[in-house]
Order: sequence, then C-alpha cells, then structure tokens
Amino acid sequence: MKVIELHKSVTESNDRDADALRALLKEKKVFLINLMSSAGSGKTTLLSRTIQDIGKDVRIAVLEADIDAQVDAERIEALGARSIQVHTDGMCHMDAGMTRTGLLEMGLEDIDLAFLENIGNLICPAEYDTGAVKKVMILSVPEGDDKPLKYPLMFQESDALVVSKIDAMPWFDFDMNKLKERVYRLNPAIRIFPVSAKTGEGMQDWENWLKEETKTWIEEE
Amino acid sequence: MHELGIVTHVAKTLDELAAEQKITKIGSVTLQVGEVSGIMTEYFVDCWNYFKVRHPVLQEAEMKIETLPAVTYCEDCSKTYPTVQYGIKCPYCGSERTYLVTGNECLIKEIEAETEE
Repeated sequence: MKVIELHKSVTESNDRDADALRALLKEKKVFLINLMSSAGSGKTTLLSRTIQDIGKDVRIAVLEADIDAQVDAERIEALGARSIQVHTDGMCHMDAGMTRTGLLEMGLEDIDLAFLENIGNLICPAEYDTGAVKKVMILSVPEGDDKPLKYPLMFQESDALVVSKIDAMPWFDFDMNKLKERVYRLNPAIRIFPVSAKTGEGMQDWENWLKEETKTWIEEE
Repeated sequence: MHELGIVTHVAKTLDELAAEQKITKIGSVTLQVGEVSGIMTEYFVDCWNYFKVRHPVLQEAEMKIETLPAVTYCEDCSKTYPTVQYGIKCPYCGSERTYLVTGNECLIKEIEAETEE
C-alpha cells in the first residue's frame, strides 16, 4: 500500500456537479434560486404569493424537496405553476446531483425562474452547492432575531434574506434593527427584504429584486 | 441525515480517483474534520462502515479522523482564542466582532491504496 496525499474538500465532486448545472441553466436561460429556511418559516406561502403577484410576467417553477410527502407541490400546482416533488429519503439537504435530476424530470422549457425549496433546516443546506445561481434564506419573525448568532453559515452564504411574517411583529420580541445589525456583520453584501405574504407588505421590493436578477441572468452573456 | 450525506460524497470522490489512478483497493482514508464543522466523528465512522461495502474499492477501507482545533480571531484586539471554550465573544476584550479562522473544515487528507502495477 502506498500513501496518496489528496487534501481535497469532501464536497469537491459536488462542487463540480454544481458548476456543470449552472452552465446548463445559463444555456437554457433558467434562473435557479436555492431557497433555504427552517421548517415552518413560510416558504410555500411566500412562493404562493409570489407566483400570484408576478407569475404573469415571469414563468415560475418550483422544485419541492422534502424528506417525504406531497403536500407542498400540490399547493403550488393549484396556482398554475409547474412543480415537482423530490424526496431525499431521509437526507437533510439537496446536493447538485439531486437538483439536476429533479429539474430535468420537471423539464426546463418555458421557465424563467425556478425555485429549489430546500429541506427545512438552517444547518446542512448551507453547506452544499446545489448549482443554484443565487441563495435566498427565509427567517420568520417567530423564530427570533438571535438566529444569525446560532446559524452564522446560512447568513454568510445567502445573497438575500427574506424576513417573513412581519405582520406578527406586535406579538413577538423581535428587534428588526438588531437582526439587521447581526446579519450585516456576518454578510455586508446581503439584501434584506422584510415581508408579509399575508398582508402583502414588502412583497413588491422582493418581487422586483427577483425580476431584475432573473432578467440579468437570462440576458447577460 | 448530515453524516451520511458527507459519506456519500467522500465515496464518490474516491471512486472517481480510483478509476483515474487505477487503484484496486483502498486500505484507509484519513479525514481532517474541524472541531466546529458540525460532524459527529463517532457517528460518521458508523455511517462510513455502513456505506463502504457498496463500493468494491472501499470495502476494506478504515476511516481515520483527525480533529482540527477551532480558532476565532478578534478584529478589535487582534488576538485569537479557542472557539469552543469562548464562542463568539472575545475573552480578552469582550468584543463580538470576531470570526472563525479554522475549525469548519472537512477535508480528505490522504488515503492508503494499492494500484494495478
């Protein structure tokens, strides 16, 4: 036996798959967002509202990743958007290979913007490149403004943070300024969108950002 | 499950390497794991032993894990300190303007292998 020195990151094979998927998405002109959050933060509700608001201007599809079950995909399809449910069979995150399989199964034709609704947790999904163009995380008001201290990687890795359920602010000890300060300290370039998918407050800024980013990705060489 | 996901990626990387370098058998794999990488080493080894039998080249590979210490740097007083003991707050000046320098790694350091020739 001989010793072979590698010094390779364990995610190296995944990183290669992710780069290949991004190249394919560029070619097919599809903007893919990796949407991450805890369970119960309102991912599906945010997406439903977004599809209702801008679904006419931007052709949206949703890849629902879940350990099991079919519920979320049905909610999305009821709105007329294309959707597919991917089961990870107990795995806590989506990787680039699984994302590619799901997207190809769903079909990439006639789609401008695709969301990968990742498994609901703030730890593992942050560590894997899924091949998405941008990463967005949702933090809901009831989860608390201290989450950047507990799960720094997720906040560092994300391009945008949606603070959801702001209509619930009066009932929680949630300090928006403190949250922003903590998040910007970890990631000065992040965009923050406080929204309520229920009342519609803040949704327009978020949706404009989505439209601009999608356009840039599709049109840029 | 987090550890199993990492195990599948390690196995895939090593399978590819084996094909590239004509490796017939891997005797051991040494992984460097940061203290705050979130990987439970004992659990990781269990997952490895469960998974490796599916890969002919890896069947007999022993998983060895080296732990890398977690160190945090303080931007205000320019000192470093052990992360696990003190967390985000610098023990010298009390500042929270700190960041992790090492401790989040998960690297395949080396393998012991037999090749065709």
